[in-house]
Amino acid sequence: MKAVGLKLILQTAVLAAAFSASGHAQERMAAARVGGLEAKLEYCKTCHGLSGQGYLGWFPMPRLAGQQPEYIEAQLKAFIERRRANPVMRNVAHVLSPSMISALANHFQHLNPPPFGGAPRGSTGLGKKIYEEGLPESNVPACSACHGPDGHGQNEIPRLAGQLYPYMVGQLTGWAKERGQGTSVDTSAIMAPTAHNLTRSQIEAVAAYVSYLH
Amino acid sequence: MKRIGLEIAVLAIFAFALSTLPGSAGESAAVRNCTWCHGTGAQGYTVAPRLAGQRPAYIVSQLRSFHERTRDNPFSVQYMWGAAASLNPYTARDLANYFASIPPRPANDGNGAFASRGRSIYMDGIPEANIVSCYACHGPNAEGIRDIPRLGGLAYFYIKARLEQWGQGYHSTPGSPMPMVATHLGAEEVEALASYLSFVR
Repeated sequence: MKAVGLKLILQTAVLAAAFSASGHAQERMAAARVGGLEAKLEYCKTCHGLSGQGYLGWFPMPRLAGQQPEYIEAQLKAFIERRRANPVMRNVAHVLSPSMISALANHFQHLNPPPFGGAPRGSTGLGKKIYEEGLPESNVPACSACHGPDGHGQNEIPRLAGQLYPYMVGQLTGWAKERGQGTSVDTSAIMAPTAHNLTRSQIEAVAAYVSYLH
Repeated sequence: MKRIGLEIAVLAIFAFALSTLPGSAGESAAVRNCTWCHGTGAQGYTVAPRLAGQRPAYIVSQLRSFHERTRDNPFSVQYMWGAAASLNPYTARDLANYFASIPPRPANDGNGAFASRGRSIYMDGIPEANIVSCYACHGPNAEGIRDIPRLGGLAYFYIKARLEQWGQGYHSTPGSPMPMVATHLGAEEVEALASYLSFVR
């Protein structure tokens, strides 16, 4: 009797485990296919890093952690409307609903991993000076005036603190080729003269400095 | 007598130095231990992937993952754990540089009917299904960069097996996003990607 009872319990347990396992797999597939927030976040983090800290693939994938939600929303819309040219992100963004865009932007705002690191250290002193004082002789304003002394940005002005060095260099050297495309003017126009007036080595210095900010 | 002994010693040292130069790696025992399975031209053979033209940093990272037993799919456990067990980092680096310098040839063994579908997934992903673009990390011509491997021209069987293994929970390099990528791929998408990539040169 006892043995039969044990056998029954075991069989029930095995069945229950089997059902819950297949149920779990189906839930996962369903979530991935219908595009719930969790599945979409996992999709973003595949390239931008598990904690949104950024990642170096063929392209440098920028840090999204701690980014201003207004900036993320504005950029995703710029990809969709082709005001910002990018071979990968236009495809990524065009399937996102406005409410999904808001939810994603809101999520990344609250992540705070340490900076990705890896930038050359040699010119961070010059970078700090440019960041805090600008280059009056070249008509370059202090970055801190808009991006904040800590580099955390505000509203549609992006956080730069902890941003990947190769991403920063790529954006500042190719600003007008990627941003502000088409005929409608957007906020990217504010940075165009500044990016244009910085030399390559000045860009590298600023990029290195902000990449180490927390 | 003493002089002859010295000359022999010098010759022996010279011969040893020659045998460890990258240029002569083609004849070294360490290389032969690899090409025994990976093909005499290092272009891959059955389950052993092509090493020719692979990113040297990727070869080094994979040899380390075999040595440390983190890459754990069945063929890795069966063949590569043993092969990399006593491999020192310097030999691993020399082997990586040697194989990376050999021009790769595409396997061309996928299903041609799926190649254009595979190219579309490779370049754009399937955003609606949360399948990421392969291009973003592996490059426009699947050539790889740093320790991100070259995929263009690898054998259909090998790419298919790797994508399936990640979905089944096997491990590779710690921190790799590939397990997350692969869990979203269905059989049809794996078939298309492996077919497309086998033809890329």
